[in-house]
Amino acid sequence: MAKDNNSMETMIRTKQENEEINKINKVVFQTDKLTKKFGGLIAVNNFDLKVSQGQISSLIGPNGAGKTTVFNVVTGIYKADGGKVVFKGEDLAGKKPHQIIKKGIARTFQNIRLFSNMTCLENVMAGQHCRSREGTWSSVLQTPGQRKEELEIKKNAEDRLKQVGLWKYQDELAKNIAYGNQRMLEIGRALASNPDLLILDEPSSGLNDKESEDLIIFLKSLLKEDLTILLIEHDMNVVMGISHWVTVMDEGKKIAEGLPEDVYNNPQVIEAYLGKDEEEEE
Amino acid sequence: MKLNKNIKEKNSIFKKWLIILIAILFIVLPFIINAYWVDVLFFFGIYALLGLSLNIVLGEVGLFDLGHMGFMAIGAYTTAILNTYFGIPIMILLPISAIAAGAFAWLVCSPIIHLRGDYLCIVTIGMGEIVRLTLNNNLFGITGGPNGVFGIDFPSLGSIFIVDNSTKFYYYIWLIVGLTIIGLVNLQRSRIGRAWNCIREDEIAAEATGIDVKYYKLLAFVLGAGLAGVAGNIYASKLMMVSPESFNFMESCLLFCIVLIGGMGSIPGVLIGSAAISLFPEFFRTFAQYRMLIFGAAMVAMMIFRPGGIWPRKRGAAEFKSLLMKAGEENG
Repeated sequence: MAKDNNSMETMIRTKQENEEINKINKVVFQTDKLTKKFGGLIAVNNFDLKVSQGQISSLIGPNGAGKTTVFNVVTGIYKADGGKVVFKGEDLAGKKPHQIIKKGIARTFQNIRLFSNMTCLENVMAGQHCRSREGTWSSVLQTPGQRKEELEIKKNAEDRLKQVGLWKYQDELAKNIAYGNQRMLEIGRALASNPDLLILDEPSSGLNDKESEDLIIFLKSLLKEDLTILLIEHDMNVVMGISHWVTVMDEGKKIAEGLPEDVYNNPQVIEAYLGKDEEEEE
Repeated sequence: MKLNKNIKEKNSIFKKWLIILIAILFIVLPFIINAYWVDVLFFFGIYALLGLSLNIVLGEVGLFDLGHMGFMAIGAYTTAILNTYFGIPIMILLPISAIAAGAFAWLVCSPIIHLRGDYLCIVTIGMGEIVRLTLNNNLFGITGGPNGVFGIDFPSLGSIFIVDNSTKFYYYIWLIVGLTIIGLVNLQRSRIGRAWNCIREDEIAAEATGIDVKYYKLLAFVLGAGLAGVAGNIYASKLMMVSPESFNFMESCLLFCIVLIGGMGSIPGVLIGSAAISLFPEFFRTFAQYRMLIFGAAMVAMMIFRPGGIWPRKRGAAEFKSLLMKAGEENG
């Protein structure tokens, strides 16, 4: 009984704080009662998520909680079975991935998906596809407009490659560079599309401590560019280190949200991660 | 770093001269060799054009298309029928054949474009066979059944420019191949070419990077089919007749081999591949019986020892750099 009260209190407190933060920061992205089913399995169940402008928000939860599914629905790879995805006041439901990135949401993947047989520079250049528009015939004939655009693409790609610190590997094939660098290259490719919201799926998985630290510093530096970041993460150190706001998910539902410290001490969250004590259950 | 740059520059100068040298060779060649070999080189040109067209679909985007001859058949029959029934000059029919083949590709490929790998392969085999059988069954009584269509004109523009002998046909096809190569190299280096390669590497990542996968796959099919239609037009006017048997499944397989032997997505590779397919049988005419045996053995050996093709496409300076690094390690 005491436990219930405790959790109620945290819920109330997080709600108040949520309101406070919403007063200061504009919500730029939110999902509203998002639902996704795979056959009989409900992977995401009436899930609400809010991301405020210029902040780093995290989505955490145990394995199989449905975090990546949320990302895949948000970026259009899966189709939602219900609910809304609202970005800058616009409903994104039913839009295809290439249309969504054009609206300003870029993402990376949990298992790195680079264009492995293309050079690092080409990978980042490909990231600008949605921001360029020259067509087939102007490319075949190499019109002056097409050349100019191509030069711009190349210049932007060089800048992004320098930003993620991979300039020296520009001509190297993406599959040949180290794992940590591949992660940074994927972030570089996502940044090349000049997004407003960057969605990162477990950016620190597979990185060593030093690389994780560098990543945290890098992500913080991105906020200066007026970028909003949403990340999935299970490395608690990374989450606590950089998040302004944390949402916890388990079995497709939101179980808590709030400031990192509050979520960290929330008994429901601890239960979701570590499981319930057998004795207490009885 | 400076050393690397020097090598790069030298390499590009060497490449430039090599291209000029090959171009001169192709221009003077008909004066040196006899008419028979000029004809052989003409068919080399046809295969090169077809190889380049399949390379867009198979090499650049990685879509398995084993019915490519169907597109060529559409181009060839468009030319044959419009020329023999309505007397429209062949050269005016050149773009029309391309558009007809491209439109056909758009029509039949739109509903199957989401298929992957071997599934798409099977559907395209079916498509190629349906085209051949339809022509064979004398569609609307205008395709002439198994005999095909006869009496197609030489390519001409009025009475000023007529392509009426082997040498002229040789220059005609290689001029078109040359222009096609320039266009395709430009395309390779543009955002379109990049988008195609991205789809080949990873479809989901390409879609998430903002590439409209369906559109670019269809674009590849339409462009590839259009080029095959051009090849069909020239082929029809050279032979002065078309018959369904020229567009059988075996020919589609040969085209597939051209791209695989040469190197997927590599334009010089495709040229080497088409040379291998069209010139090889001529050199080995004396052992005609064992030709296919040798050919098969060569294919197997290729796949084992050089799975990337004879001349795979090199990207950036990656190959060079790794070579230099290896040399540096050995010296150090």
